[in-house]
Amino acid sequence: MRRAFALLLVAGLACGVLSTRAAGDGLDELMRTLAARHHGEVDFIEQHFLALLSRPSESSGVLIYDAPDRLEKRTLEPRAESLLLSGNSVTVQRGTHRRTVDLQAHPQILPFVESIRATLAGDRDALERIFRVEYSGSAARWMLILEPRAAEVGKMVRQVRIDGSGAVLRHVEIFEADGDRSLMTLRERAAP
Amino acid sequence: MTRRAAIIACWGCVLAIAAILVARAHYITDLSAFLPARPTPAQRLLVDQLREGPASRLILVALEGADPALRAGLSRTLARRLRADPQFLTIGNGETEFLETDRTLLFEHRYLLSDAVTAEHFTRAGLARAIGRTIEDLASPAGMFLKPLVARDPTGEMLHILDELAATAAPAMRDGVWMSAGGERTLLAAQTAAAGSDTDGQERAQGAIRAAFQAAVRADANPAAPRVRLTMSGPGVFAVTARAHIKQAAMRLSIVSSCLVVLLLLSVYRSIPALLLGLTPVATGALIGIAAVALGFGAVHGITLGFGITLIGESVDYSIYFFIQSRAATHGSDPTWWRRRLWPTVRLGLLTSVCGFASLLPSGFPGLAQLGAYSISGLIAAAAVTRFVLPELVPAGFVVRDLTPLGARWARRLEAIRRGARAGLWATALGIAVIALAVLVGKRERLWDKELSSLSPVPAADLRYDALLRADLGAANVLDLVVISGPDEESVLRGAEQVAPVLRSLIDAHVIGGFDSPANFLPSLATQRARQASLPEAAALRENLRGATADLPLSSDRLAPFLADVEAARHGALLAPQALAGSSLSAGLRALILAGGDHFSAILPLHAADPAAPDIDVARGADALAAANLPNTQLLDLKRESDALYADYLHEAIRLSLAGLVLIVVLLAITLRASGRVARVLAPLVLAVLVVAATLAACGVQLTILHLVGMLLIVAVGSNYALFFDAHRRTGDEAGAPLMLSSLLVANLCTVIGFGLLSFSKVPVLEALGLTVAPGAWLALVFSALLTPAPAGA
Repeated sequence: MRRAFALLLVAGLACGVLSTRAAGDGLDELMRTLAARHHGEVDFIEQHFLALLSRPSESSGVLIYDAPDRLEKRTLEPRAESLLLSGNSVTVQRGTHRRTVDLQAHPQILPFVESIRATLAGDRDALERIFRVEYSGSAARWMLILEPRAAEVGKMVRQVRIDGSGAVLRHVEIFEADGDRSLMTLRERAAP
Repeated sequence: MTRRAAIIACWGCVLAIAAILVARAHYITDLSAFLPARPTPAQRLLVDQLREGPASRLILVALEGADPALRAGLSRTLARRLRADPQFLTIGNGETEFLETDRTLLFEHRYLLSDAVTAEHFTRAGLARAIGRTIEDLASPAGMFLKPLVARDPTGEMLHILDELAATAAPAMRDGVWMSAGGERTLLAAQTAAAGSDTDGQERAQGAIRAAFQAAVRADANPAAPRVRLTMSGPGVFAVTARAHIKQAAMRLSIVSSCLVVLLLLSVYRSIPALLLGLTPVATGALIGIAAVALGFGAVHGITLGFGITLIGESVDYSIYFFIQSRAATHGSDPTWWRRRLWPTVRLGLLTSVCGFASLLPSGFPGLAQLGAYSISGLIAAAAVTRFVLPELVPAGFVVRDLTPLGARWARRLEAIRRGARAGLWATALGIAVIALAVLVGKRERLWDKELSSLSPVPAADLRYDALLRADLGAANVLDLVVISGPDEESVLRGAEQVAPVLRSLIDAHVIGGFDSPANFLPSLATQRARQASLPEAAALRENLRGATADLPLSSDRLAPFLADVEAARHGALLAPQALAGSSLSAGLRALILAGGDHFSAILPLHAADPAAPDIDVARGADALAAANLPNTQLLDLKRESDALYADYLHEAIRLSLAGLVLIVVLLAITLRASGRVARVLAPLVLAVLVVAATLAACGVQLTILHLVGMLLIVAVGSNYALFFDAHRRTGDEAGAPLMLSSLLVANLCTVIGFGLLSFSKVPVLEALGLTVAPGAWLALVFSALLTPAPAGA
């Protein structure tokens, strides 16, 4: 009995070690796959589930990525608006009004933008600098669970879940600290 | 009391009175030297703007070197330090973050500050529209910041206010701060609290920027940080550098030229007493000149002090003529010889100069009028000292070195040339005059530089760099302004609000890209009162809100804080300027309102529609304003207005100089009484001026008002030469000829040294004066010598 328990413990440990190693390998492989893609352009539909509102609000548009560090979220509906992440600055443009903020000065924005950009860039270091990263699944169907490391980064966002297959992202789900949630569904661009 | 004692006592008294006047005079160094004596309201506005308007307070700061990300970090640190410094009203570097106090202030007073607040805004339909938009915004990237405010501000007034406050057109951005399009410069724009005309204050502000930058570099962990360079530009920076520059250049040049002139005179006189005595006319003239200006104008401009002394350089010549020509052995024993034979010629030369400088007196440009008054009174005083005082001061039996051998040598050479050329000299002179005139006529379109910047002591390279930074910043062009005048802050704020719709129509027409207004920071009390009055009563608002949210996903039950805030706003106090104290709103407001006693101006700087083409179609803007017929509202193009003012001065100065020439001809005609002599005296002077002007024009130099003053100086100095040759020809005094010639040579050498050195100056105004006078004076001597025929008896 004691021996069986010890065996179980060892097996469990080994399993744990093995699965961790497998996760590491899988994450590295995923990162390599993602990093190989230098440009991407997908349609998105985003649903916001806010406690304040009795029904989810919805927006849609195009998400454009250019390696190594440019990510643009161009919302077309219900109102044209663009969010551009480039280097360390985030620029939000609404009509003729444009506002730029510095990421370092506003770390609470990081989960909203850097989670997607670092994933698309296949930059594991950048991801792990900011988040605790949990990988699961397979190359064909994978999921990343990102949790902010620093308290100030996690001020507004508790968790980000990104899933996809191969080099393609399917969903980005953001769980905000106040219980609100948004779900962004990505699709290859419809032929024009 | 002897005659000698009486004269010296009298001179001493005059000097003492002049010294008292000079000591008690009021000196002004600001731009009022350029303000017309009787300004139109527009001109006064222009000078006010140049003196203390936002354009004058702007310091452009550029960081260069290392990499953009590092510079962006330094820009943020630098801006944070400078924002805490009361010497600056605003610091722009692209960060659009407001301080916590600002946000609180804006949010608390949002119903007074938002221009969306109207009675219609709070009806059922208006609320439904505004809240619908807010719900859309919640789904947008900005939504995360909006969410906490929705319950109190469902109509989105805060976001609206922030949008309005954000600059409409901004320079290129990189890493969250302003950067040149190519990424080579990181840019900041600082508005100083000190007026542009307060050069000391500007110097302190620039020192503060330098210190803050060095502190930011030291605090930066990046080892490449010390490689980042700081440069500054703008009117205040130019004023500070120019002041240091002129001080330094004027000091260095005057020390060098004084040394050279003193050495020259020492080698000629071989007597220190003679040297000192020789300087008494100039010194007296300078003192009397300032005293006369102080007496006549009430205040002395810096420009008068700066240039005056160079204009009366001619007075050194008087003592040179006196010492060298009185030396002649045959006359040395006759004290009346100077008075009888030389003085009439010197006096006529003096009168000629006075006629020339008198043409400056009626100028509408106070700086020029003062220079005229200074020159006239200074020259008369110097001549009087040479005539009456100097002979009394010279010790009995005193003689300077005999320059007869030198003069004799030159006289023989001159004679040889004259004999060799015969009538060919006048033909050659005519030929030269024709060529010079042809050049001037050929260049007549671009002969005169009509831009005020031509007078600017700022080197062209600095101006180009400034233009580069302004192009980088694009929108921050502060040269085109709408100015609203009124008796108090409230009236000019109201004016600013009334002109806003006109300016918005110009934005739509792409005439301008945007505008800043003090009313954006603080609406007039009238507007605030109207907004307050448009807020509905609690019961009505609750009713409207319920109706508006019926079809929206946001329940009115959640919006109780909104109802409470509106009710509070209905009874709250209006926002007075004092309530803004300490916020960046107050800084923004102060930068755009000029207050002087009971005269207030609101300044609305216009942004160019296209940053790449910063020139605004001012005519169209002015038409639109005129059509709107708003009282006390004007569109001011600072560059065009100041150029127009300067061009007026220039045209007037040219006309007056020609009148001065006519006056000189009349004077010579009356005194010389022979048209041949008048022509012989004038020809060398006119020829010298023509050749200098044509040479400058041929070299691509555009002439300025300082070149014109230089030409007057050529006539003033050269008239003595021509008159001496003329007098010599008439008297045929062979014994005196060598001494006359050597005295002219020494005097000319002094002038050429003094002005020749000025032409090496990097300060454009000094350079212009030097380049005109040095060659001109030399040419005047050469032409006078060659064109005056030998005495009849020879």
